[in-house]
Amino acid sequence: MSYIPIKRPKFTLLDKIYVVELVKGLWITLKHLALSVAGKSRNKKAFNGKGVGVCMPFPEQRWDAHLPEYYRGAPTLVRGEDGRERCVSCQLCEFICPARAIRITPGAVAADASCQKQEKAPAEFEIDMLRCIYCGMCQEVCPEQAIFLSKEYLITLTDRKDAIRNKETLYRLGGTRKGLVNKWNQYK
Amino acid sequence: MIDIICNFWNDLMSNEIWFYLITTLAKLVLMFAVILAFVVLSVWIERRVAGWIQDRPGPNRAGIPLFLLQRFGSKEKQPLKNVLHFFGIPETSWIAKLCTWLRLDREIPTFGLMQPCLDGGKLFLKQELTPSYVRRAYFIAAPMLVLGPPLVSAAVIPFASGVDTIYGHISMCVANIGIGPLWIFAISGLSVYGLTLAGWSSNSKYPFLGGLRATAQLISYEVAMGLSVIPLLMMFGTLNMQNIVQFQADNGWTLLPFWGEGLTLERWILLVPMLISFIVFVTCVFAEANRTPFDMAECETDLVGGYHTEYSSMKFASFFMGEYAAMVIGSALVVTLFLGGWSIGFGADAWLASVSDWLAVLCQFIVFLIKLVAFIFFFVWVRWTLPRFRWDQVMRLGWLVFFEITVANIFLTAAIMYFTK
Repeated sequence: MSYIPIKRPKFTLLDKIYVVELVKGLWITLKHLALSVAGKSRNKKAFNGKGVGVCMPFPEQRWDAHLPEYYRGAPTLVRGEDGRERCVSCQLCEFICPARAIRITPGAVAADASCQKQEKAPAEFEIDMLRCIYCGMCQEVCPEQAIFLSKEYLITLTDRKDAIRNKETLYRLGGTRKGLVNKWNQYK
Repeated sequence: MIDIICNFWNDLMSNEIWFYLITTLAKLVLMFAVILAFVVLSVWIERRVAGWIQDRPGPNRAGIPLFLLQRFGSKEKQPLKNVLHFFGIPETSWIAKLCTWLRLDREIPTFGLMQPCLDGGKLFLKQELTPSYVRRAYFIAAPMLVLGPPLVSAAVIPFASGVDTIYGHISMCVANIGIGPLWIFAISGLSVYGLTLAGWSSNSKYPFLGGLRATAQLISYEVAMGLSVIPLLMMFGTLNMQNIVQFQADNGWTLLPFWGEGLTLERWILLVPMLISFIVFVTCVFAEANRTPFDMAECETDLVGGYHTEYSSMKFASFFMGEYAAMVIGSALVVTLFLGGWSIGFGADAWLASVSDWLAVLCQFIVFLIKLVAFIFFFVWVRWTLPRFRWDQVMRLGWLVFFEITVANIFLTAAIMYFTK
């Protein structure tokens, strides 16, 4: 048989009268209500909530420590161990970005840069945080592992202009990353 | 000058018509204010209780922020600190901690009570969007037809007993007429026109289905509702709401006959049909007020938003308020018929009245409000317990179960009253 017939429960007369079941249901909800008000809800400790029920009252108490490793927050640019800009301005992230949040202006590599092998470096790198949908495709597509999603989730703006993050801001937020890319090492 | 005013007042109140007009107007304003306040309060109760039942706090943030003080020119940045300093309380003491926990350093807490008011304000300021394809006249009339009837039907609900003044007797009920429950059934039945017209005039399929459902549901439950009250009326022997409550104050509430004539065997046997009546009547009130588990008219899983899908801004708010006003009136009706209305019980009414009429009226008014809040809580409690019934289940329950039960209940009551007397 390609399908599984669902067995409907047989209701007794007491179930059909419904009043007893109703009272049982009311008792369950009343228990939840009383425990919430008393601040002793079930699973409260597991959720680490300090408010009424199992909730964390947001601005006072935050979830930051519980953010998983794979959390997708605001995208940032990173530098390598030697302080080199990893981004080579290939613009793959700009093309893959479904929300078209990224805008790169390619430029020449700075004369004093530690690595002169690459052809380009971003003259300007802008991410519009109002457009960004935190999908992580830029991180996935980047051949140089230069763009990473951070765990930053509180992006509150009072002006549309503030939403556009420039290269300087992105590098400041991203910081340095160790390992992974060894393409430009002298041994290669 | 004062003499002239007193004399004028005396003359005015001695005139029967003016006395009637002035007292009725005062009661009208009081009743109106109470209902509107309770609409706001019941929204708050709904959201807080819903939160607690689902293990979350509900709306608790809408306080009055203290930075407003700075906006109005106060130079103090932290009023709480200054207040603590003024009373000489150290900032590490438990009082200061308690105040911080109550967020007194940031705002004047209202425990979310401001939330419904602010929501109302927001709806008031929102864009009014009337689709081009609606029947405009009916579309505009529908919200008024929903909000109006509950407010009108509140006229016959007594909120305290009466007082004897030197000018005459004041009965604490806007219209002390001999057709109490009938008036409420007749007027609250009108509110379905609002839903139906809203559904039809929206000229869109989901609102239309919602309107049709509202009509069908109202007809089927109005029958059971009217029939379920008949056993009570047989016991009370009157249709005047004030007399009904007076009877309960003297002889025990319908469901709690613990004093007066309520202790007779007849009343205790009558409890069986009264309990059946109570269950049927409360269920019908739920259906009448379009509350879950019977909110078929705005069943959002089937019908998007039901009859008010096309409404926005204050018109939507009118539907919302109408629904809650219906809930308040329904609770008031159940309290009046089954739980003793304003009566305090155990002969306390007569004792208080012997002390002072006004004191009795005040206490009874407060007791009435407490009972009202308790029943509104019950409404909310049931809403967050039961899932919505299916449409055919609702109709079958109305016509095949409640109708028969209520008819049988009338004969049962009659038999009990015939054989125990």
